[in-house]
Amino acid sequence: MNWMQRLEKLDRRIIFVIMFIAVSIPVLVRLDMPIPSSKEVDDYFDTIEKLPDGSPVFFPADFDPGSVAELEPMMRTSLRHLFRKNCKVICFTLWDTGPGVVDGIIRDEAKRANKEYGVDYVFLGFKAGREVIMVQIANSISGVFPQDYVGADTKSLPLMQQVDKLTDTKLIVNISAGYPGTKEWVQQVRTRYAIPMLSGCTGVSAPEYYPYYQAGQLSGLLGGLGGAAKYENKANEKGEATAGMPAQSMGHLAVIALILMGNVLYVVNKKKAGTR
Amino acid sequence: MRREVPIIITIFIGWVMVLDFFFPWISGTATHMRDWTLVLIAVSQMLGVANVARINLDKVSRGHKDAPYAVMLLVAMLTMIVLGVLMPKSATIGGFTWGGIEGGSLFDKIYNQMYVPMQGTMFSLLAFFIASAAYRAFKIRSPEATILAVTAVIIMIGQVPIGSLLWDGMPGLSAWIMNVPNLAAKRAILIGAALGAVATGMKVILGLERNYVGGE
Amino acid sequence: MADRANARTGTGIAGSLAGAFAALLIALPALAQEAAPAAAAPAAPVQFFSSERLNILIPIVIFTLLILYFIQQAKQGKSLFIRNIPGLDAIEEAIGRCTEMGRPILYVPGIDDATNIQTIYSMIILNHVAKRVAQYDTPLIVPVGKAIVTPLAEEAVKSGYTAAGRPDAYNPNNIRFMSDEQFAFTAAVNGIMNREKPAANIYLGSFFAESLVLAETGIMTGAIQIAGTANIHQLPFFVVACDYALVGEEFYAATAYLSREPGLVGTLKATDVMKVVLMLTIIIGVLLEQFGFHGFTAWMQPK
Repeated sequence: MNWMQRLEKLDRRIIFVIMFIAVSIPVLVRLDMPIPSSKEVDDYFDTIEKLPDGSPVFFPADFDPGSVAELEPMMRTSLRHLFRKNCKVICFTLWDTGPGVVDGIIRDEAKRANKEYGVDYVFLGFKAGREVIMVQIANSISGVFPQDYVGADTKSLPLMQQVDKLTDTKLIVNISAGYPGTKEWVQQVRTRYAIPMLSGCTGVSAPEYYPYYQAGQLSGLLGGLGGAAKYENKANEKGEATAGMPAQSMGHLAVIALILMGNVLYVVNKKKAGTR
Repeated sequence: MRREVPIIITIFIGWVMVLDFFFPWISGTATHMRDWTLVLIAVSQMLGVANVARINLDKVSRGHKDAPYAVMLLVAMLTMIVLGVLMPKSATIGGFTWGGIEGGSLFDKIYNQMYVPMQGTMFSLLAFFIASAAYRAFKIRSPEATILAVTAVIIMIGQVPIGSLLWDGMPGLSAWIMNVPNLAAKRAILIGAALGAVATGMKVILGLERNYVGGE
Repeated sequence: MADRANARTGTGIAGSLAGAFAALLIALPALAQEAAPAAAAPAAPVQFFSSERLNILIPIVIFTLLILYFIQQAKQGKSLFIRNIPGLDAIEEAIGRCTEMGRPILYVPGIDDATNIQTIYSMIILNHVAKRVAQYDTPLIVPVGKAIVTPLAEEAVKSGYTAAGRPDAYNPNNIRFMSDEQFAFTAAVNGIMNREKPAANIYLGSFFAESLVLAETGIMTGAIQIAGTANIHQLPFFVVACDYALVGEEFYAATAYLSREPGLVGTLKATDVMKVVLMLTIIIGVLLEQFGFHGFTAWMQPK
């Protein structure tokens, strides 16, 4: 086996090292790059921007620590955008390992925006039930969550005294890592109630939700870290997503280079084998 | 009766849920049933925990080769249950919050400092595995494989800022591929999968599908 | 047997219609109870039927009638063609490979709960695989990601071995509950692949982010891999990393293809016919839109 044949069957571990180096370069070398927006991101931004100040917003954050890298930046930027407009946020999660991380993010952003718990935002925690919760919570939020994440009576919270049904809210913002997530919210809630809905999701899920965006069931869509970076750019809130784009770009370039190299080697080796 | 009773319950509740969508006056009953469902689901979560405990205790008692891991699992599970559920929130010793699940509690610390990094680490493996999968699989062995490889390259460049630096039209081309051929295929697969799911649901509420109670 | 099957269908449908009628009857007192407290303050009249959802009801009724018709056709013994699914033929090849190499076959039934229909269908296919491997004494390892799915998997494998006349060959230690946690389960399955080196890996069920991690590890061990899931966001990973992939509905069709059970075959045919109906609807809608008639599209919008 000559060196080209050996290179075609390159050990995975070398590929992993190449990938690691590629993604690490932006840590050592500052790379600034423009982040052009896209229509679905513009629509996401505009939908929130056009909300009347002080509107109550339904905010299911359906993800777990595994997806934090992609979804935390878009959740933070969305919360900052909503808090800037003094919107009231009712947040909860349908993922059992999600509450810890979601609670941390919303409290952090609320503190930054000087928002008061129970008045400007609430975090209701987790409830098992997936689609059943989605349908029930539309009828009565306090019925599904009689207590919030820390055990306080939901009905005693000033915000929940004004907002108890989905139809009391003006917008649904769903941050979703998979199932249950945006697709189920569209199927169970969006088809029944004419309340605009936005979705921020992982890159791998985004293609699945484009049909809903095209059909108008989603008013805006953020797909993965790229979508989050575009949103940060649009909202003038440069954060983790923008910082992550150089690394992601280098990672993509590394994969492309590997694909090209693999194909060149494949063609050359195939020709050599053919002539022999 | 062991099979018939669950089937009857399933059929009845299935019909209530379907009819609720089309006949609003049934929504009160449907809401009550969904409340019962939530109670059952909460109980089944506890059942899941009991099952995990049973299986791992069984491994320990039989001296299975994985018994040490089973012991670790049981100790970890018990610790989190005690800290998060049983220990009172007011349990503060030496300024350190032992009970409760809020930020700053021991439960929260273990979650953020052990569970979150471990999950993130496993998830990040995907990036490396995608690179090795792409290197191996995206070879131009056939016309279809060539289209796959070329499309993958265009999308990967177009989705990141560097694409627009290389060529102005790259993001637009990438968006066209995502919004036209990709969306057409995705919609078709989505419709097919949805029909499969609807068919199964209809068979369940018509009593034709009984595999969920053990099949025959 | 056909008469018994017909009787089952009839009983099932009659029972379900009785269930629907009972549901409506029970709803009436509940409605009266809810209306009573509101007597003091007159409430808005509750709509009897949501006519704006007729656009969803009509296709459902058509589809249900198609399902009943084709199931009946299948039960009457009419031959309903199902095209060859290469991934399923490959299962036979995979079993043969494992037997020749003296290595086990690994079957992963997804990581979702028994409430997901993909898990149920995976159990049906597992039963079929168990019947086949029982004849060759090939070890069948089934790692399970949910405690409640474990007894279902045990039952599927045990009944498969029993049906093949080899109940003695059933090894309960090969049905292994690993962990409820997604990546803990993935790590455990990777460990099985690296230690026990199965010659074939079959992934059939509901998978999420762990799909590529599993499939790539399987390739590293040199196994032939067959995958199928209805989670379309994971399909690209399986297509790239596995030798055979059952795309979306092919996974649902797999159960009909393997078992040839009339209920499953009839449903498959009904799904195919419904797809034709939907295609015609789309074409009609596009043509009407082109010629400026928007009423049909407006009527089809969800409300």
